Amino acid sequence: MNAQNYDVVVIGAGHAGVEAGLAASRKGLKTLMLTINLDNIAFMPCNPSVGGPAKGIVVREVDALGGEMAKVTDKTHIQMRMLNTGKGPAVRALRAQSDKVLYQQEMKSILEQEENLDILQGMVDELIIEDNEVKGVKTNIGVVYNAKSVIITTGTFLRGEIVLGPLKYSSGPNHQMPSIALADQIRDLGFDIVRFKTGTPPRVNSDSIDYSKTEIQPGDDVPRAFSYETTDFIMDQLPCWLTYTSNHTHEIINENLHLSPMYSGMKMGTGPRYCPSIEDKIVRFNDKPRHQIFLEPEGRGTKEVYVQGLSTSLPEDVQREMLSSIPGLENARMMRAGYAIEYDALDPTQLWPTLETKKIENLFTAGQINGTSGYEEAAGQGIVAGINAANKILGMEPLILSRADAYIGVLIDDLITKGTNEPYRLLTSRAEHRLLLRHDNADMRLTDIGYENGLISEERYDRFNRKRDNVNVEIDRLSKIRIKPNEHTQSVIKERGGTPLKDGILALDLLRRPEMDYMSILEILDEEVQLSKLEYEQIEIQTKYDGYIKKSLIQVDKMRRMEKKKIPEDIDYDAIHSLATEARDKLKKVKPLDIAQASRISGVNPADISILLVYIEQGNVKRVEA
Amino acid sequence: MQLETISSISTPVGEGAIAIVRLSGIDALEIAGKLYRGKKTLDEVDTHTINYGHIIDPDTDEVVEEVMAAVMRAPKTYTREDIVEINCHGGINTINRILQLTLKHGARMAEPGEFTKRAFLNGRIDLSQAEGVMDFIRSKTDEASKVASGQMQGRLKVYIESLRQSILNILAQVEVNIDYPEYDDVEEATTELLLEEAEKVKTEIEKLLKSSRQGRIMREGLSTVIVGKPNVGKSSLLNYLIQDNKAIVTEVAGTTRDILEEYVNVNGIPLKLVDTAGIRDTDDIVEKIGVERSRQALTEAELILYVLSNNEPLTSEDMELLDSVRDENVIVIINKLDLDSELDVAELENRYDFPIVKTSITEGKGVDDLEDRIAELFFGGQVSSADSTYLSNNRHISLLEQSNSAISDAIESAHMDVPIDIVQIDLVKTWELLGEVIGEDVSEQLIDQLFSQFCLGK
Repeated sequence: MNAQNYDVVVIGAGHAGVEAGLAASRKGLKTLMLTINLDNIAFMPCNPSVGGPAKGIVVREVDALGGEMAKVTDKTHIQMRMLNTGKGPAVRALRAQSDKVLYQQEMKSILEQEENLDILQGMVDELIIEDNEVKGVKTNIGVVYNAKSVIITTGTFLRGEIVLGPLKYSSGPNHQMPSIALADQIRDLGFDIVRFKTGTPPRVNSDSIDYSKTEIQPGDDVPRAFSYETTDFIMDQLPCWLTYTSNHTHEIINENLHLSPMYSGMKMGTGPRYCPSIEDKIVRFNDKPRHQIFLEPEGRGTKEVYVQGLSTSLPEDVQREMLSSIPGLENARMMRAGYAIEYDALDPTQLWPTLETKKIENLFTAGQINGTSGYEEAAGQGIVAGINAANKILGMEPLILSRADAYIGVLIDDLITKGTNEPYRLLTSRAEHRLLLRHDNADMRLTDIGYENGLISEERYDRFNRKRDNVNVEIDRLSKIRIKPNEHTQSVIKERGGTPLKDGILALDLLRRPEMDYMSILEILDEEVQLSKLEYEQIEIQTKYDGYIKKSLIQVDKMRRMEKKKIPEDIDYDAIHSLATEARDKLKKVKPLDIAQASRISGVNPADISILLVYIEQGNVKRVEA
Repeated sequence: MQLETISSISTPVGEGAIAIVRLSGIDALEIAGKLYRGKKTLDEVDTHTINYGHIIDPDTDEVVEEVMAAVMRAPKTYTREDIVEINCHGGINTINRILQLTLKHGARMAEPGEFTKRAFLNGRIDLSQAEGVMDFIRSKTDEASKVASGQMQGRLKVYIESLRQSILNILAQVEVNIDYPEYDDVEEATTELLLEEAEKVKTEIEKLLKSSRQGRIMREGLSTVIVGKPNVGKSSLLNYLIQDNKAIVTEVAGTTRDILEEYVNVNGIPLKLVDTAGIRDTDDIVEKIGVERSRQALTEAELILYVLSNNEPLTSEDMELLDSVRDENVIVIINKLDLDSELDVAELENRYDFPIVKTSITEGKGVDDLEDRIAELFFGGQVSSADSTYLSNNRHISLLEQSNSAISDAIESAHMDVPIDIVQIDLVKTWELLGEVIGEDVSEQLIDQLFSQFCLGK
């Protein structure tokens, strides 16, 4: 059989895979995306939602880099809400309830239209590797696809096992075929593998829910979108509903705990603390009288409703009993049972910041295989892996986003520098510079990078530059206009509840006052608004939080100075005798690329950093022999 | 690579005939330029030149000092950064004033050894030096961590851990609200709640800082000088303090005879009596070493015991000296109460705010009063017991001071109705800084400390 030749092969077509495949193919590389089941492209095996705190910012970052998650969400969602509106601009977060089926269809159609991208149903059983370099893949029916680069985005499929009560059986998510042969090969190659676990709740038929016993949770009634490019907004939205577990629910769970694999002594992988099963919540927080349950429609064309908050691996009949104990769900007809799934993931410290594995050249991994959870985290890694696989083939500079550039940078740095001992979820508190990593400025932070990497069209880049110019020109203008304390000015200020001016004030300084907004300034100046809402919001945020932003920038400056101190990839840490043993071992494993990264490794203390600095500074660095 | 500008007095304080304030860093020329007035501005002068001019206070245009300013532009300088050295005529007040002006206009106080560290980090080092430096860092770190862990055991560590825990509780609550906005499991962390906790923590930090000052005094002694005209009873006071308190008399190695130090314990406070030899040899210290020298001894002391005789009127020399120490800790002792009163006490009280103690040392009268006054001045009357919880290490104190300013920023922002997640930024910083005190969170500052504590490189 003749082998097919590709530049890039992507294994998997989930949220990481689609972004990786699109990025590589849009950069002009001949790309093949292989998936076990073509009907499951961009499938959401768990909750029907995209975004939320930190994650929603990642969606916008993917958009600014030229990815698709934001646009597809904007086109197919059933509801959008801005969360944390009562807090500062840095933690505001957009979240969409998705139409799972439409999302998949839309994403598949985008992939189908991509000229350099082939999508093909097939299961990869083997990576073809020569001299620690990946050369292609072989499927379970023996077909070989040669490639210069391979990106693995297998999600929870690698040696997947579903756990349901006392049952445990080999399976991918949603009862798909698992990927076993590839998992065996990855172990045999000597990668450090961890066993992680995640879970999903049951789904019920909407017609069987008594919504009168629940609280309605509508979407926002203002137009919302993730993508900076979206101009059509979906205003016809579906609500979600809120109910609670009851005493009876807790009794049922307690009575059946012995059937839960977690408490029956079955050996299990590590699950995420931030997303516990309902049995976990009841055991660990047994003084809480009730837990929230959100009922989320899975789409417009289906009656399936996702029972968020009831993630469980108890047996199906117990799940049915639990459902009937919840107000509104007394007569609910279950359509799918919840389950837990265990899978193989790589210890991500085995990756470079480009998401290429250190062990096998040109082999990249992205998404849940790297120990994360969440569609957004997967998409963020997918686009970075896709760009880097392509850049390496094209001889371009790698894309490494720093912790001050993007949440995606925080995510990848955390993974590769610190590793993770549970499925990793992004949280706003993981970002030390979150005031800089806002959802409103993802385009300002990353569009240039997307453009340099060939994923932003000239047309879009022009539009972006106009926006950026408009913002900067207007800030500059307002910083020069002096507002006089005349009657008109004072009356506008008084209307907003502010204290009257004593002297003249620069327009920009007046805008800094909490009660003032851009429109009030224009009213004082007696001007019509020329800018778009996104533009003047940008001006408001940049102006009002200027002092705090500057403080963050000083911190970032310090980090960037340490980032400039590079550590050679092949430095021989054994030659630096003064390093403490623990630090030496960690440094040898993580292989940090610069002093800033090295200083974030746990177990590497400041004295070791000083020693490393001195060693590199003196210029005569010993290298490990290849 | 040029870093933020640092500034310090780089000559031994109070010793030489001239003193130098040195600035190094990216804004060294700009900052010095704001303060300097000469024929040319510092921007215009050639590199590696020394220029005559004046230092002024830009806020008042007042001339502070006549100076020579040496300008050395990067890279051919010690630190390989822009350096400005401001040479002036000694005088601790003047030189301090110039230093303060540089700090006010954008420089940061240099850590001890920081100039050398910069020289080193900017590449002025060879292989053999590097190896020495690396071994030195290792050995000193191990040594220092032993010392630090010794200091950090017990109550202080528990105390700081509990402060961190209170901050952490509120931080966690704020974070949960942000990351899980729809969950009703956690009470909404309001700014009021945060403020309440933050205020409590701030009070505790301030207490610690205050006791750390006491701790240093307890450890090193309160440097004290006894001053006065001839025959007012200085040596009697000295002898009384020594006899009464069973003084430990130390001869400090390498010091000249006229600056002997003796330690006495007054109400549990160790006083380090300076210049005692001067008092012993002759009662006439002012005459012997001159007014200038006395003045210097005065400015270096933490406590000045100024002795006057009840039997003599206030002289212009007395007033000159007392004027020059208006801002210091001074206790005026009116001795020889047993003799006729010639001193105008009312005038003294009008002119100065110093506490006044009346004694007759030869009769042993009023000395208890003096001892109480000393305790009051430094410990608010309360003398901490020897095993009290206090910070002794300079690094710890400076971290605690930074924690205090971070938490003050957080409190200020909260009062200004800044969103809670932004107030949080400074609270996180406080938490991290407190962590550094007990060695739990580390950052680049620890490296800085290493280089400041140990003189590395050149």
